[in-house]
Amino acid sequence: MSDTAAHTREDDPEGSEEPPEGVDDAAHATEADETPAAGPVSTGAESVVAALEAAGAETAFGVQGGAIMPVYDALYSSSIDHVTMAHEQGAAHAADAYGVVSGEPGLCLATSGPGATNLVTGIADADMDSDAMLALTGQVPTEFVGNDAFQETDTIGVTRPITKHNYFASGADTVGDTVGEAFELSRAGRPGPTLVDLPKDVTQDETDRTPGPASPPAGTDPDPNADADAVEAAARTIEAAERPLCLFGGGVIKAEASDAARTFARTYGIPVTTTMPGIGSFPEDDDLSLSWAGMHGTGYANMAITHTDCLIAVGTRFDDRLTGGIDTFAPEAEVVHVDIDPAEISKNVYADHALIGDAGRVLDQLTAAVREAPDAESWRERCAEWKETYPLTYSTPEDEPLKPQFVVEAFDEATDDDTIVTTGVGQHQMWASQFWTYTEPRTWVSSHGLGTMGYGVPAAVGARVAANNMGEPDRDVVCFDGDGSFLMTMQELSVAVREDLDITIAVLNNEYIGMVRQWQDAFYEGRHMASDYTWMPEFDKLAEAFGALGLRVDDYDEVAPAVEEALDYDGPAVIDFHVDPEENVLPMVPSGGANGKFATAEDQL
Amino acid sequence: MSGDSHASGGAPEADSRPAPGEQPGPDERTHPEGRRNLEGIRIDPVVEAEHESRRAVISALVEDEPGVLARVSGLVSRRQFNIESLTVGPTTVEGHSRITMVVEETDPGIDQIEKQMAKLKPVISVGEVAGDAVTSELVLLKVRGDDPAAVQAVTEMYDGRTVDAGPETITVELTGHKSAIDNAIGAFERFGIVEIARTGPTALARGNTPTAPGEKPGTAGEPTTHDS
Repeated sequence: MSDTAAHTREDDPEGSEEPPEGVDDAAHATEADETPAAGPVSTGAESVVAALEAAGAETAFGVQGGAIMPVYDALYSSSIDHVTMAHEQGAAHAADAYGVVSGEPGLCLATSGPGATNLVTGIADADMDSDAMLALTGQVPTEFVGNDAFQETDTIGVTRPITKHNYFASGADTVGDTVGEAFELSRAGRPGPTLVDLPKDVTQDETDRTPGPASPPAGTDPDPNADADAVEAAARTIEAAERPLCLFGGGVIKAEASDAARTFARTYGIPVTTTMPGIGSFPEDDDLSLSWAGMHGTGYANMAITHTDCLIAVGTRFDDRLTGGIDTFAPEAEVVHVDIDPAEISKNVYADHALIGDAGRVLDQLTAAVREAPDAESWRERCAEWKETYPLTYSTPEDEPLKPQFVVEAFDEATDDDTIVTTGVGQHQMWASQFWTYTEPRTWVSSHGLGTMGYGVPAAVGARVAANNMGEPDRDVVCFDGDGSFLMTMQELSVAVREDLDITIAVLNNEYIGMVRQWQDAFYEGRHMASDYTWMPEFDKLAEAFGALGLRVDDYDEVAPAVEEALDYDGPAVIDFHVDPEENVLPMVPSGGANGKFATAEDQL
Repeated sequence: MSGDSHASGGAPEADSRPAPGEQPGPDERTHPEGRRNLEGIRIDPVVEAEHESRRAVISALVEDEPGVLARVSGLVSRRQFNIESLTVGPTTVEGHSRITMVVEETDPGIDQIEKQMAKLKPVISVGEVAGDAVTSELVLLKVRGDDPAAVQAVTEMYDGRTVDAGPETITVELTGHKSAIDNAIGAFERFGIVEIARTGPTALARGNTPTAPGEKPGTAGEPTTHDS
């Protein structure tokens, strides 16, 4: 391995601002040309805000507090809007979702100590999903650091493993440059959260030094093109494949590569499955689409991924919820792996062809390099047969309560294709991804890698603000939440009401931590330990108390009118759908199991 | 999945397609014969390639900034890399440090360590030091001083040096390759070892081979340069 181990960074002693060759047409470089120079400043805090303005930040989500007050004071006269959240976790999730929808890094602020630690879940969530985000945290004055001062936490230490990089600001003269670099780093190469810890003396001190033009640190903005020889070799493999399959991950969406992905798959007639974060990269109503694969993915996607002989995986890290047991994952496939992060190559699944580069660029390279489409007619027919055999269906017997899947379908029917869906985590999240037909990137906003219950409501706030900033106030934002997830962050409803944000929250209320209940029934002999809520608030009344529209639905015939009323309501609305508490998410690949052996009934688990 | 027209009022019409429970179960499907090993590599059923762990010396050139050691050690622990030792020290260039790490991993594991380290912002360059690298470590050994002449003889035998001699204990310093030091410690055991402090190996590549990939060592004060 040592012969291929030249992982070097180009050293840049001159501090040259020139990006590496071939990167200068990246989206943010173009913006840098348009970025107005940061205005004059008089304090570190003003330098921070000037750097954010120069970077193009439009909205910040945060919560005030002692050590961050100088930065907030500088925001008072800034062009950057600020949304005051109810809790810092909400600020981080809102910023994360803002980034997912807008394609620009989200921005969140918190004070030192508890403010910073409350951000942690949201930062970890962004890290697991490779979402670009900048967190700014207040810190006690430098001279108090290490003394266990009031509201002091070692924020750098706490967030080190969950950030792409974090910075401890060292002085008023340089803090603006640091913030600018952190913002750019968050979206350079593989995106991820960055953090700058801001001691109060640094932001309060005087400086007249305007932050310079920002760029990511040397060596962190990689070459977008894959090695030409590797592309050629991969192209020969694809041409020779009999059962080729595309697997599009979240990286396709982050790289704005959905068009390139669609062109590639359609040009060569290659069936497509996605990962969960990749939902929307390829339209699910396309004949080539097999929807998404993995633990609760479609049966046909899991059959295809099990039987393919050539897996073209783009922008995915082969998470265990996707692969199931590694021993049975695409066991007969030559793997073409496209990723911007070399560390993902052969991390979990060995890559026969490693194409390291930007998803869109490499897909264009592949489209150009493949000379003739693989002979896959019979494979496409097999995939079509699997779609017939294993459709995503559910039963609606007269004597059973309202099915949650019906609610998801009702919303899908009542809304346009550009509707943004956010979710919490659990059964409702799976139904929202299974029974909604996604066709566009950046419309599915969820917590994948970390699996953070409570993501949905603050994410809806961030998504709504992003759509408004993009001049799309008429796009619908629908949050599917579980009763358990909703209880974790529903305080952010106060923000939605205060800011008059038009979002619709559909609580699929089964009075359980439903996914845990399902696992207890399958794997713990039905012992419902700590999954069964014996009492639930009335969410419709709770919504009214917050100042939102609150509705309750128990029966099928109430669904469509309630959906219509909530969507028509100009402001936040909550519908408390009382759904069948015994409904399970199917199909299901048990943890570590073979994708091709997905269960279609609970007794198969 | 959408597009089914569910009439309002009561339960919707039954879906004509098979319900999950009516779909073929896992045992009614065909499954491929192939397998992958734990490292995600397709297994050739005839020649099953299994990777064995081996000892590797990894050298990294890093920016000497606060927290860099915490970043590296945190990475090692959270990704469960099997590490034997880690040493840090200055280089010829002010502001740059060298981290030398000895790991016990499979080839894919070693590759993964290098790639993950390369992603840390302060890491300038990282790679495995070629197998014939010069490696050496230092140990301080405090032994009982009941027989000073014998201790002195063993110390000389292993090219060591006495750095402290008191009425009850003698402290010797030894440097060299791990195996030589292991042997020396074995030889001192009969005197009764009171305390040991051991640095773990540090390493440089031989001749003109750069120790970290792309590294072109300069003289003190001049920036080290790198090929990409």
